[in-house]
Amino acid sequence: MDVEILSRIQFAFTIAFHYIYPPLSIGLGLILVIMEGMYLRTGNKLYEQMTRFWIRIFALIFGIGVATGIIMEFEFGTNWATYSKYVGDIFGSALAAEGIFAFALESGFLGILIFGWNRVSPRVHFFSVIMVFLGSMFSAVWIVVANSWQQTPAGFHIVGEGMNARAEITDFWAMVFNPSSVDRLTHVWIGAFLAGSFLVLSVNAWYILKGKHLHIAKPAFKIALVVALVSSLSQLLSGHSSADGVAKNQPAKLAAMEGHFDSASAAPMYLFGWVDKKNQQTKGLAIPGGLSFLTHQDFNAPVTGLNAFPEDQRPSQINAVFQLYHLMISIGMLLIALTVYATWLWYRGKLFEKKWLMMIFAFSVLLPQIANQAGWFAAEMGRQPWVVYGLLRTSDALSKNVKAEQVLFSLILFTLVYTTLFVLFIYLFNKKVKHGPVDAGTPEPIEEGSKRDNPVLQH
Amino acid sequence: MGEFLGIDHHVWWYLVFGGVISGYAILDGFDLGAGALHLFLKKEQSRRIALNAIGPVWDGNEVWLVIGGGALFAGFPVAYAAIFSAFYIPFFIFLIGLIWRAVAIEFRSKEPGRLWRLTWDFIYSFACIIIALSLGLMLGNVALGMPLDQNKEFAGNWLSFFNPFSILVAITTLALFMMHGAIYLVMKTENRLYAKLTILAKNFTIFFVVSFVITTVYTLLYVNHMSDKIRSSPVFFIFPLIMVLAIANIPRLLNKRKYRHAFASSAVTIATLLMMVAIEVFPNLLYASNNAANSITIDNAAASPKTMRILLTIALIGTPLVAIYTSFVFWTFKGKVKLDEMSY
Repeated sequence: MDVEILSRIQFAFTIAFHYIYPPLSIGLGLILVIMEGMYLRTGNKLYEQMTRFWIRIFALIFGIGVATGIIMEFEFGTNWATYSKYVGDIFGSALAAEGIFAFALESGFLGILIFGWNRVSPRVHFFSVIMVFLGSMFSAVWIVVANSWQQTPAGFHIVGEGMNARAEITDFWAMVFNPSSVDRLTHVWIGAFLAGSFLVLSVNAWYILKGKHLHIAKPAFKIALVVALVSSLSQLLSGHSSADGVAKNQPAKLAAMEGHFDSASAAPMYLFGWVDKKNQQTKGLAIPGGLSFLTHQDFNAPVTGLNAFPEDQRPSQINAVFQLYHLMISIGMLLIALTVYATWLWYRGKLFEKKWLMMIFAFSVLLPQIANQAGWFAAEMGRQPWVVYGLLRTSDALSKNVKAEQVLFSLILFTLVYTTLFVLFIYLFNKKVKHGPVDAGTPEPIEEGSKRDNPVLQH
Repeated sequence: MGEFLGIDHHVWWYLVFGGVISGYAILDGFDLGAGALHLFLKKEQSRRIALNAIGPVWDGNEVWLVIGGGALFAGFPVAYAAIFSAFYIPFFIFLIGLIWRAVAIEFRSKEPGRLWRLTWDFIYSFACIIIALSLGLMLGNVALGMPLDQNKEFAGNWLSFFNPFSILVAITTLALFMMHGAIYLVMKTENRLYAKLTILAKNFTIFFVVSFVITTVYTLLYVNHMSDKIRSSPVFFIFPLIMVLAIANIPRLLNKRKYRHAFASSAVTIATLLMMVAIEVFPNLLYASNNAANSITIDNAAASPKTMRILLTIALIGTPLVAIYTSFVFWTFKGKVKLDEMSY
C-alpha cells in the first residue's frame, strides 16, 4: 500500500473514532443545561442527582474526545503537509479561533462542572454548564466552517503555482459563510443533539426495563425525548436544505449520492438501491423524478449526472457514497418515527407501558451514531478525488517526506491504542450505568414533584 | 506586510506563538512534572491527593497546546507543515503519550482494585515522562536545525533526531518539569506529604541545575548558532541573569515556606529559558542545517497579511477572555487539596 491510501485510512480511522465523542458531548451538554436548569427552577433534588450522574458520564466522554481530538489538529501537519501549506491561510485561522474561543472555554469550565459542586454556588455551577455547552457548540462552528470551505471554497484567491500554490483569504466573512457552512453546521449540531439525546434515552429505557431508578429514569427519559423529537424533525428540514446546497455547489457529489449517471435524463430519488458502476446503472426502489424535483422543482428536468464529469473528477467509490448517504437518510426517518410515536404515547399517558418500545430505545443509541458517521463518510468520500473541491487533489496533498512504513507504524499504533481505549470506555461506561444515578448510602429518593428547600435561595 | 505599534505583524505573531508555548510549558509543565514524579509518592492517599491537585486544571492547561498548534498552523503554515511532517514518529509518540495521560487520570479512580490502580499509576507516570522527553527532544531539534529541501520540507532521516544536544535538552526538560511539578504539589499539600514533596522539590532542582549546566556547556562548545546572539549583545545577558537568580531563589523560598513565590520563580525559569531559545532562533522558525537559504523564517513561512491581521484581532479579543476564566478556575480551586466524593 502506498502513502496516500495509508494516510487516508489513518485519517478516516482517527477522525471517525474521534467523532464518536464530540457529538455526544454537544448533545449531552444541551441536556445537562436543561437538567440543571430544571434543578435550579424547581429545587427538586431529583434533578440534581440526574445532573450529577450525567456529568460523570459527560466527563468520561469529554476526556476521550479531547485526547483523540488533539491528534486531529496535528495530523494535518504530519500526514498532509502540502495540504496544510495550501489551506493554512484559511484553515489555520479557523483552527486558532476554535482553540482560543471554544476549547479554552469548555476545558476551563469543565473543572468546575466536575469538581466544583462544593466550591461554587448552584448558579455559578449552572453558568459553568452553559459555558461548557457553548464551548462545545463553538468548537463545532470552526471545524465545520473549515471543512465546508474544503467542500465549497469561497473568499480566497490562489497565490503561486505548482508545489508552492496556496489559497489566501480575500474576504474573511465570505470564507466563514461559504455556500455550505450554515447548512452543514446546522446539520452537524442537530446530529449531535440526536446523539446526546438518544444516549440518555437508551440508558433510561434500560433502567425502565429493569425497573431500576424509575423516579429518575422516567423524567430524564422525557427530557431527552423532547430534545430528540424536536431534533429529529428539524434534521429533516436541515437535511433537505443541505442536499439542496450539494445539488447547487457539488453536482458530482450529488450525482454519486443518488447514483445518477446520465445528464440528459430526469433523475429519480432512491429509497434504496445498488449502483452498478461498470454498466453505469442504478437499480432500486425510487420515486421517479424525485431528484429532479429536489434540484429544479420539476419532475422532468434533467439533472447533471456523473457522465458530465471526466473519469478523474468523479468520486471513485460511487456505490459506497450512495449506500452511506441512503443509510443516513433511512436512519433519520426511523428516528422521526420512533420519537413521534413515543411522544404520541406520552400524550396518551402510556409512554412507559410498551416493553418492546423501551427495548428499541435501549439500543437506539447506535442509530444517530451510525447516521452521523455515514453522513460524514458520504460527504468526504463524495468530495473525492479532491481534498479542496475543484482545487487540490487528495493525492497532491500529502507530506512529501513521510514514508509508507512510517504511516503504517502510526496506523498500527492508533489501531492498538484506540481499540484499547474503546474497550475501556465501554467497560467504564457500562459500570457507571450499572451503578446508576443514586449513590449508595444516600437517603430514600424524594418523590417527583415534592419540593425541598430551594438551594438557590440559601445562597 | 503590516505593522502594529511599529512592530511587524510577523514579529507580533512570533511573540504570540512564543507566549502560548511558554504558557503551555508553565501550565502543563507542572501537570507533567507532577505525573513524572507520581511514583515517588508511595501511599494511595498521597497519590490521590497529587492527582486531585492537578485534577480540575490539567485539561484546561493542555488546551494551550491546542492553541499553540492552531497559532502555528494559522500564522506560519509552512513551518507547521514542515515541523510536524519532519517529527512524524516522535510527534505521534508524544500525542499517544498525551492520550494515555488523559485516560490514566480519568480511569484510575474508577475501580478500587490495587492492581488496577497500580497499572494506571505506571501508565500515567510513564506517559508523563515520555511526553516531557519527546517535547524536549523536539525542542532540541528545532533549536539545532535540520536539513530542509527547497520546498522547505524535511530532507533527512528521523533517527538523526536522537543527537546528543537534543537528548540533553530532553533530559533538561524532564528535570525542569519535575522541579516545577514538585513545587506545585508543595503548594497544594499539607503535613507529611508536604514535607516529603519539599525534599523532592529540592532534589529535582539540583537535577535540573546539573542537566542545565551540562546542556549549556555543550551548547557553548558545539552549537554556535544557539549562543551567538547572547554572546554578541550584552543586553541579552539579562535573561540568563534573571534565570540564575530565579533558580537560586527556589530552595531559599521553599525553606521559608513561601511556596507560591517558589512556584512563581520556577515559572519565571521556564519563561526565560524559552525566551532565550526564541531570541537565538529568531528570525528563523526552523534553521536548515544543510543550506541556510532553505531555512524557514517568520517571513517566508507567514500567512498572508490579511490573515495576520485577522489572527492578531482574534488574539486581542481571545487572550483577555482566556485569562479571565482561567484565573477564575484557578481561583475556585485555590488552596490545599481536600478530597471529596467527586474527587479522582
